[in-house]
Amino acid sequence: MAIEVKIPTILRTYTGGEKAVNAEGATLSALIDSLEADNPGIKDRLIDVKDSGPDLRRFVNIYINDEDVRFLGSLEAPLSDGDQVVILPAVAGGAR
Amino acid sequence: MLKIDQATYDAIVAHAKRDHPVEACGVVAGPLGSDRPARFVEMVNAAGSPTFYEYDSTDLLELYKEMDDRDEEPVVIYHSHTATEAYPSVTDINLAGEPGAHYVLVSTREHGNNEGPVEFRSYRIVDGEVTEEPVEVVAATNTEENR
Repeated sequence: MAIEVKIPTILRTYTGGEKAVNAEGATLSALIDSLEADNPGIKDRLIDVKDSGPDLRRFVNIYINDEDVRFLGSLEAPLSDGDQVVILPAVAGGAR
Repeated sequence: MLKIDQATYDAIVAHAKRDHPVEACGVVAGPLGSDRPARFVEMVNAAGSPTFYEYDSTDLLELYKEMDDRDEEPVVIYHSHTATEAYPSVTDINLAGEPGAHYVLVSTREHGNNEGPVEFRSYRIVDGEVTEEPVEVVAATNTEENR
């Protein structure tokens, strides 16, 4: 089951410059493991492992079919063949 | 160096003044590989804060899809500081996610919502390293002659 994942500029160092790569998995968590297998190092940029367990990094947005995964169960968000996944770094900052 | 047209420069300053004391934010998109800021896009600061800005996640996706459809990229990513200088904070540096963009900072600390000059400065932020660059304001960058 292949799912196309769009990769933002800042993470293309892990994909050999590719803007989109194929990965697989029935959940976002499994998809990220599959991404990591082909593009070592990328997982750490997406997932933060805290005392409470792994979670999506605060300033990384991942969308499944245009929906923010935070509304779909985050790392447990279900995936099916043909889904479109987009990764975007947050655009954020400020004086504080 | 950042080369930016007067109208876009004015639009960024006007946005920063209007939203003061909340931080204003937005992008200026341009054709891929052109380094030419051409299409001014104001964004909503979803944090609504005087010390922090963040695009709403839905707006962010819309913006990137639109740029993708138009073969554009973010040439300028701007925001304002409303009580401090126009220099990237540690937060700005840590969260800078577009190594190819010019990060423009405007400070409204001097005159707030009122008329008067603002600090308008531009930086490259790559791998945590900040490099300030000169800003050249030109009459227009959107015409053939100026490309």
